[in-house]
Amino acid sequence: MTPLLSVRDLHVGFGRDPHANEVVRGVSFDLADGETLAIVGESGSGKSVTALSINRLIDFGGGRITGGAMTLKRADGSLFDLIAATEPQLTGIRGAEIGMIFQEPMTSLNPVLTIGTQIEESFRLHRGLTGRQATAAARDALDRVRIPDAARRLKYTPNRLSGGMLQRVMIAIALACNPRLLIADEPTTALDVTVQAQIMALLAELKRETGMSVIFITHDIGLVAGIADKVMVMQNGQAVEQGELNQILDRPRHPYTQHLLQDVPHFANGSATRADGQRDKGENTEPALKVDGLVVRFPLKSNFFSRATGAVHAVDGVDFDLMPGETLAIVGESGSGKSTTAKAVLGLVRSTRGSFSVGARAASAERRAKPVQMVFQNPYASLNPRLAIESILAEPVIANGGRVDTETRARMASLLERVGLPRNSLQRYPHEFSGGQRQRLCIARALMLNPSVVVLDEAVSALDVSVQAKVLELLVELQREFGLAYLFISHDMAVVERIAHRIAVIYAGQIVEIGDTASVLSKPKHSYTKKLIAAVPTIERRREHFEIDTRQVPSLVRPQGFEPAPAKWEQFGRDHMARVEA
Amino acid sequence: MRILRAIFGHGSGRIGGVIVGIYLMIAILGLLGLTPHNPITQFRVDRLHAPNGTYWMGTDLFGRDVASRLMAGTGQSFTVAFFSVAFATLAGAVLGLAAAWLGRRWDGVVMRIMDVLLAFPAILLALLIVTVAGPGTWTSVVAIGIVYTPIFTRVVRGPALSLKAREFVDAARTFGSSSTYIVTRHLLLNLVAPLTVQVTLALAWALLTEAGLSFLGLGTQPPAASLGLMLSDSRNLMETAPWLMIFPGLTIMISILGFNLLGDALRDILDPRMRRAPA
Repeated sequence: MTPLLSVRDLHVGFGRDPHANEVVRGVSFDLADGETLAIVGESGSGKSVTALSINRLIDFGGGRITGGAMTLKRADGSLFDLIAATEPQLTGIRGAEIGMIFQEPMTSLNPVLTIGTQIEESFRLHRGLTGRQATAAARDALDRVRIPDAARRLKYTPNRLSGGMLQRVMIAIALACNPRLLIADEPTTALDVTVQAQIMALLAELKRETGMSVIFITHDIGLVAGIADKVMVMQNGQAVEQGELNQILDRPRHPYTQHLLQDVPHFANGSATRADGQRDKGENTEPALKVDGLVVRFPLKSNFFSRATGAVHAVDGVDFDLMPGETLAIVGESGSGKSTTAKAVLGLVRSTRGSFSVGARAASAERRAKPVQMVFQNPYASLNPRLAIESILAEPVIANGGRVDTETRARMASLLERVGLPRNSLQRYPHEFSGGQRQRLCIARALMLNPSVVVLDEAVSALDVSVQAKVLELLVELQREFGLAYLFISHDMAVVERIAHRIAVIYAGQIVEIGDTASVLSKPKHSYTKKLIAAVPTIERRREHFEIDTRQVPSLVRPQGFEPAPAKWEQFGRDHMARVEA
Repeated sequence: MRILRAIFGHGSGRIGGVIVGIYLMIAILGLLGLTPHNPITQFRVDRLHAPNGTYWMGTDLFGRDVASRLMAGTGQSFTVAFFSVAFATLAGAVLGLAAAWLGRRWDGVVMRIMDVLLAFPAILLALLIVTVAGPGTWTSVVAIGIVYTPIFTRVVRGPALSLKAREFVDAARTFGSSSTYIVTRHLLLNLVAPLTVQVTLALAWALLTEAGLSFLGLGTQPPAASLGLMLSDSRNLMETAPWLMIFPGLTIMISILGFNLLGDALRDILDPRMRRAPA
């Protein structure tokens, strides 16, 4: 039987001389009706380029197909040559036969048109529906992707919907004409883990309902397990291994696949935690950082006289302490207040109430700046592109009244070496370094002032999985060497499991559960922690079925003068407590 | 050096660069007085000569050498353009950075004043300022500078606002870096590219505005030469002595074209997406 899509020896190049600058070099695969192929690889592996070549969107991104054959079996059984096709022919294929969803739902929709209009467009173009018929079709499409209250939401503009909801809208648009092939390019990467689980479950259900084929592109091999029939692993533009899901996951043959499966952090239900925790040894040391009753509120001024009518309670009573040499992970979804907590600790956001103490002394905002340093999420945005590395590393020293002398230079050189960068880096500029190297630079910069606490705000989230593993390793080594305390903010449970001694789960601005990593991850007590852990995709749980849960984080906007009820805590074991749920 | 090589590797940059280079030399020669004849001396017997071997571009009504006056006038016009653009760049950078960095009320006040200035057509506003302050070279410098300040303020404020929200500025705050350090190293340094492009383009507009002011008799005062003044003098003799109008007219046109081509080339070259190595 002819496959739905057959790709043979595909070559794609970029730039003025695409033959010399190939990004995809000889990829072949077949996709049968109703089958799901997952393409797994790190950035630069050519996985997205391969996918974009199938519907020839690559033509608009400066790419050229330089060789190979691609045939699509059309609905009437005729074969369609995707490489020879002209642009008008392709317009008929895109959307009607091949649907596509992208990584960023927030930027894939036009912000000034209602989602109803945008869904209707697809029906108008491909099925010729107009007026009421189109509206009805759009409502059905939203129902299909399980958006509650579809009729009302059709009139919303995209800014009124959450990321998860918008991705559902994108799926609704992609599926409007019942395409027989759906290409999903990292559709959940920008979403929270619980939302990711919902979208994955939705895709699996829609696939069962419609019998369409799916090409699913991801960097997370753990995510593949729940959805794919076949897996293709790509590296440097070539498919290094492809085969049935179980065969790839259980008996990987290529060393790169083995590396992806073994060396990369995967979530293991709290069984892969660190064993060098300091807390249990009973030493009565002073905490490196103590946060007491931290509250951050942003007043809302809505009426004409600028009187506050309420406030966004971003952080609503957070307490924790952090011992030297210890890592406390703060986990939670976007909007839960985890980054605001970190920024408040650093003095980047003014706290409404609460106190901090760093080391033995209670510190004012100015003095906090030195013993607490931060590493940011995006290594591309956190280094000034116009400054040489030397100036970048010198900045914290200059800021604190120091001078760039022999001693400072020696410290720069030794720190660079310590984080694994070449000695000649000092005269170079940030753009000459890769993402992982830049994050190492940021770590070196944070260590220039000999801090006792380092706040790592999603510090490895933007990195490729194998780079991530190496940076985590470095962080652990540095922690041992310098006795650093880490405040590790992350949404990635697998990473947190590897690096954290303790975990604080934050939900709607409040800590709901805190304690020893192994204990919290293996025996979660609070319902939110349970939900969060259940949503983490793992290779072990590969055929598990997820419930679709469309609950959203409650609004953090409270009326003027609102105070949350004092927390009641329940203790489980020596270092594990959870908030009592109402 | 690298940037010069990049300009000459760029199609319109090469043309613009050569034009600007040639006019710069003419301007400098004119300013140093290295002209074929004295631009002010009146050779009474040689009035209204067409271009010939002695007077390459002919002579005017008073028997002054057009070529020499053109060189001196180019020097004069370029001087006014350079100083006024320097004024506008400095004022615009300071105001734009202040608006972006201080935010809130400062931003509002500064930008509203700039909006008011922008609401006037350039030449009208320059006229107004010169009329109030009295004509002369330095008043035209200030007038033209003020006219183009709002454009520089906008060019600086927008990118500065977005740079201010970047993580390296947050990082600098966590070290406790001073505002001066952040504004100069993290904001201003990243604004060098857009400012360079804007300076080049603004030179072209400033030349034109200076010519306009002189044409109206409010810029450079006779007997000193300036391109606008020469055009103005040629008005009544357009039919009998067309060279009086053609040479200064061409000079204005070609030099503005040169600055525009150069500005476009710089915009391409300094675009971070096109840049491989730091400029």
